[in-house]
Amino acid sequence: MKFVENLLDNVKPIFDKGGKLEKLYPMYDALETFAFVPDHTTKKGAHIRDSIDMKRTMFLVIVALIPCLLFGIYNTGYQHYLALQEEASFIDMVLFGLWKALPLIIVSYGVGLGVEFIFCIIKGHSIQEGFLVSGMLIPLIMPMDVPLWMVAIATAFAVLIAKEVFGGTGMNILNVALTARAFLFFAYPTMMSGNKVWVNAEGGTVVDGYTGETLLSQAITQGANFYNTAGVQYASVSESFMDSFLGFIPGSIGETSVLAILIGAAILLWTGVASWRIIISGIAGGAVMGLIFNLVGPEVAPENLYLQVPWWHQLVIGGFMFGVVFMATDPVSAAQTEKGKLIYGFLIGIAAMIIRIVNPAYPEGIMLAILFMNVMAPTIDHYVIQGNINKRLKRLKTA
Amino acid sequence: MEAVNIFVKSIFIDNMIFAYFLGMCSYLAVSKTVKTAVGLGAAVIFVLGITVPINYLLENFVLKEGALTWVDASFADVDLSFLSFIMFIAVIASMVQLVEMIVEKFAPALYGALGIFLPLIAVNCSILGGALFMQERQYTNIGDATVFGLGSGVGWFLAIVAIAAIREKIRYSNVPAPLRGLGITFIITGLMGLGFMAFMGIEL
Repeated sequence: MKFVENLLDNVKPIFDKGGKLEKLYPMYDALETFAFVPDHTTKKGAHIRDSIDMKRTMFLVIVALIPCLLFGIYNTGYQHYLALQEEASFIDMVLFGLWKALPLIIVSYGVGLGVEFIFCIIKGHSIQEGFLVSGMLIPLIMPMDVPLWMVAIATAFAVLIAKEVFGGTGMNILNVALTARAFLFFAYPTMMSGNKVWVNAEGGTVVDGYTGETLLSQAITQGANFYNTAGVQYASVSESFMDSFLGFIPGSIGETSVLAILIGAAILLWTGVASWRIIISGIAGGAVMGLIFNLVGPEVAPENLYLQVPWWHQLVIGGFMFGVVFMATDPVSAAQTEKGKLIYGFLIGIAAMIIRIVNPAYPEGIMLAILFMNVMAPTIDHYVIQGNINKRLKRLKTA
Repeated sequence: MEAVNIFVKSIFIDNMIFAYFLGMCSYLAVSKTVKTAVGLGAAVIFVLGITVPINYLLENFVLKEGALTWVDASFADVDLSFLSFIMFIAVIASMVQLVEMIVEKFAPALYGALGIFLPLIAVNCSILGGALFMQERQYTNIGDATVFGLGSGVGWFLAIVAIAAIREKIRYSNVPAPLRGLGITFIITGLMGLGFMAFMGIEL
């Protein structure tokens, strides 16, 4: 570390005012503050002394994402060798997963931070840390075979249109990572859905009866009787529930394992970074809506087999949990008031189930449900605040 | 059940703003604060809820081919539908006059805040759009037409209130100078449309 510190101190004059690369100072500043505690303090304004700042908040989220990332890397390899029915060791699977996942992460961070650097240099402020989390989320919600140039375009679009035009970190109205995914979903639908993109089966022949679909698209055609990925039907619903809880199913890299997501959720809740109100009410909303569909579904629309998937199984397939834990709780785009958070989370759960089950165009609904509620969150906040004002006015009048 | 379907569909799936981009001028201009947005939105709901059924009656008892048979059987081949634009607009303009008088009498503050955009509801594309969609979709009875009008109005109301709340929220954001005002509002509208894509394709 001493070596890096010396290096940074030595090149500092080049970036300081009057130096040769004065314009690139934000870049230097970002590197320095990322590695060490900066030696300058806030100059004006009242501020709160606390050990947690934005960089630590963002870093905690990345720590919480690590279980999902590790499991996703392993699962990518696992699904690959399962599709080919080849013998492979744990190391093989992890190496295959790394070979698929690392380029996505590098491209996402490279492009996103590149756009941020350019904006910082133009606007002349220091680098904001918001992209650290988005850059990790973007690869985790992509299918692992998505072309790298698409990830690059989507990341650039999301950082520019969803964040920088609003003034950067903390100002955006939509979740940046989800905007990137929605952009790809609508611009290149064939690369983001179907049964070819979720499992890589290159370099061999696929076994008979194999289907690379996610459980979500199987649920449309087969109701509660999921197949597993090698085309063998599960003996019971609880068996397929266990597999989708642990995460041995095809899907986007980070979303499959509910167990890993719950570990992440525990970290986020324990450190207080995410709001428990949003997570709990989101899960409750999904469960309630799933239950309603279970109860009335077979009578109203017997032809829609999706309705018959039990509500507790709905919660563990697809990206529902990942979305509720990591995306809906984004403190910038979520509702800001405490009561608003409860309403916001609950409506996300409900909307996700409605889109997933009622809308035949999208087998998964959590992405669009969160984006839709991001749009409505300021309205919820506005009315929560107005309600509070009215309550206090009334109290004032009676007193 | 049919009426409920039409209502939900016209709010979310066939949203006037995000599916057809109708009524954009007042949507962009009057969405600076939630309070005025609510006022204008309510006025649009009212006008749509009244003009669509009236236009429905006009369409079915005066304008459509063979609509005049209730006067005399010999009018069976009279087709006045070339007059529908001017008739619809006339109905809308007179209704807007009514709304304007009501708002001026009972909510003078709102009347001041809405300014020129209240009389301009007469030329708000979503109102005429509502009447023309009603004509094109051939609702079977006046109840459906009324529900469609109200639903379209509620959808428009929801859109303008949501964007007004967002614009209030980003008031202190550091938006790049060239994008301040209308520019960022257009971008927000596009991003909101992305959120509303959730409902595209739902068959009710």
